[in-house]
Amino acid sequence: MEGSMGPGVRIREGDCAVLKRDEVFKAVPILKRRKVIFEKQWFYLDNAIGRIYGTTFEVTSGGSLQPKKEMEEPTTETKEAGTDNRNIVDDGKSQKLTHDDIKALKDKGIKGQEIVQQLIENSTTFRDKTEFAQDKYIKKKKKKYEAVITIVKPSTRILSTMYYAREPGKINHLRYDTLAQMLTLGNIRAGNKMIMMETCAGLVLGAVMERMGGYGSIIQMYPQGGPVRAATSCFGFPASFFNSLYEFPLSKVDSLLSGTFSIETLPSESEDNIPAEEESNGSLDEKPASIQETEEESTTEAAMESNQTEEQETMDLAAEDTENKESKEKGNKENIREKQRKQQERRKKLVEAAALLKEKNADGLIVAGRFHPTPLLLSLLEFVAPSRPFVVYCQYKEPLLECYTKLREKGGVINLKLSETWLRNYQVLPDRSHPKLTMSGGGGYLLSGITVVMDKGKSDVGRLEAEKTEEPTSKKRKLEELHS
Amino acid sequence: MSFVEYGDTIREGDTAIVFLGHESMFPVKVQHGSKTQTKYGVIRHSTDLIGKKYGSKVTCSKGGWVVILHPTPELWTMNLPHRTQILYSTDISLITMMLELKPGSIVCESGTGSGSLSHAIIRTVAPTGHLYTVEFHQQRAEKAVEEFREHKVEHLVTVKNQDVCKNGFGVSNVADAVFLDIPSPWEAIGHAKSALKVEGGRFCSFSPCIEQVQRTCLALEEHGFTEINTLEILLRVYNVRTISLQIPDLGKAAEDNSNPGFDSSSQANQGVLCGSQQQGTVQFKSGVPLREMVGHTGYLTFATKSLL
Repeated sequence: MEGSMGPGVRIREGDCAVLKRDEVFKAVPILKRRKVIFEKQWFYLDNAIGRIYGTTFEVTSGGSLQPKKEMEEPTTETKEAGTDNRNIVDDGKSQKLTHDDIKALKDKGIKGQEIVQQLIENSTTFRDKTEFAQDKYIKKKKKKYEAVITIVKPSTRILSTMYYAREPGKINHLRYDTLAQMLTLGNIRAGNKMIMMETCAGLVLGAVMERMGGYGSIIQMYPQGGPVRAATSCFGFPASFFNSLYEFPLSKVDSLLSGTFSIETLPSESEDNIPAEEESNGSLDEKPASIQETEEESTTEAAMESNQTEEQETMDLAAEDTENKESKEKGNKENIREKQRKQQERRKKLVEAAALLKEKNADGLIVAGRFHPTPLLLSLLEFVAPSRPFVVYCQYKEPLLECYTKLREKGGVINLKLSETWLRNYQVLPDRSHPKLTMSGGGGYLLSGITVVMDKGKSDVGRLEAEKTEEPTSKKRKLEELHS
Repeated sequence: MSFVEYGDTIREGDTAIVFLGHESMFPVKVQHGSKTQTKYGVIRHSTDLIGKKYGSKVTCSKGGWVVILHPTPELWTMNLPHRTQILYSTDISLITMMLELKPGSIVCESGTGSGSLSHAIIRTVAPTGHLYTVEFHQQRAEKAVEEFREHKVEHLVTVKNQDVCKNGFGVSNVADAVFLDIPSPWEAIGHAKSALKVEGGRFCSFSPCIEQVQRTCLALEEHGFTEINTLEILLRVYNVRTISLQIPDLGKAAEDNSNPGFDSSSQANQGVLCGSQQQGTVQFKSGVPLREMVGHTGYLTFATKSLL
């Protein structure tokens, strides 16, 4: 049985997984004897271990998960239904079961499906509803009373949808289809050498890592406080993916560009920075990354992240246990040695990152987050080879307008394009298909372009470029206007 | 050069993109001794292209210059010879993400059409994945094979000339994702299901008409697909323009001359004003939507095959 299926198909202890109920997602680590709260349900994931990803479970008494049996066919007997709603009166008396009755049913451990059946039987108006309304009623009640969850493997699709729905403030309201555009426009693929600067909880970084599949290298530029990778860790990448992930402080970009950068100036700073990053991996973005966005509710994700930090803690505890067995002094010494080793490794990787940047031959640049894009672009594009794409995400249009103008002035880029996408969901039912009632009002803006070889007389070229590129468009537009 | 790997310099046999100006470009096959005509004059491949860096400017015979770009699936989509209607990068982006494509993915696609989506899929699944693409039109299938060879990606793709509705994809239980862009996708859902891996995978169908979508969704439900979801994505492009608006003269007292009727500093704070204020006008940068845009390409219906 296992033979016909690829690796990573089964849920294993320690995996990063995502819980799903209808359209709601939550990322969790798969751990034994750990209570998980999701959609007002609590349960343990123990029984999920060894099952296949995509399995749907029912929450049974005691919070244990049981794989849901093949869906019972909806009763196809000819139902009694009304033709329209002229006889339906909203008097609040159509349901004979009271709140307490339902609670009593639940407490008795009656399954969701049976509760829904009881609700239908005790509804005086159900039979008068139209067939369509009956469907809708059943769907609504099922959603409320059936305690089923599906465990799925994390992916960019799932995590970007989850973040956009639950914690848009943490990812600067980057909608998933906008992220999809970035990955395509940036020609993200295996073997690239990418420069990243993002403050979207590490979601964009994770998406880029997924698309590169561990081939090539990524240099993550980070602001003060270190890189944030809370979302990156939800992807559950193999450790090998992190071997070619480098990080470089933004504050050293100028010195690297001017040639005054040296590793000697770094140690004290990097030591201050990096440990801060480790501790704050989960908690940092609980700091007001988006101060304006006070309306954000930060409930669920926080739970997820605290799970993660708890996980780290438990691992730390385990490590301490083994240390306790040895003599304390020896442990201490080893601790120090371990610290030094880690520091050395970090410094080595930083030197490597600087060297990678200095080659100035990166295959692309991705910028997303809460910093003004103009200074980032003007500096970081220096590290990118000619004829390579770059993409900048900003929640607002205005900074990108400025960025566009400044890049045009400076030159060295062509095919600049400012855009956004609109995304519409549809209800598709026989004879009842239409766009859904609500749609997202905005998913942010993108500025993309392609680098070219910069001539000696920089500003001159910039002007030429502008003239040259503006002209055909306006001509084209005139032509189009004539045609229409 | 290859469509799945960057190269620094232009070489014999490359497919390069000649960029003339905003949105105006075309692909060219680089060959010793070959010449290409542009509105700025002739480009001689041997002397003007081969050995030059991608992204450099090339001066044409009449003195005008063009930029030679390294091909990407996105530039190819904008420049490829149309044999059919094609999918554009906006839809392709969403398809790629929602199908969860990444290096190593096995993908089935039909029809191949002009190969716009095929190139994007191959880019994403390389170096360890594979694309099985099925096209019922013989010449189109042959042309696609030729292009994949020229673009040095033939090892990542298998082209089959058959009708997917009748004969399926020619593979079973191997695919992580299946994509359909055919007139009657509902007739190929069974084949799509059997092409997908035993443990499941993702499905997408592109259809311009809602009636097609309706039949496809019904078929998907009958075959036990879950997470059935229909979306539409539209690209809105903005032209960046400097706009100046006149300040109306409301007959304000003369001493107020410097302050034309409103608090300019507060407006600047909003980031709307970025130009200087000349006499009686205010300048600002604006992202102006196009007068006309693509308002519909097609509906994208996604679904999941799950184990149960």
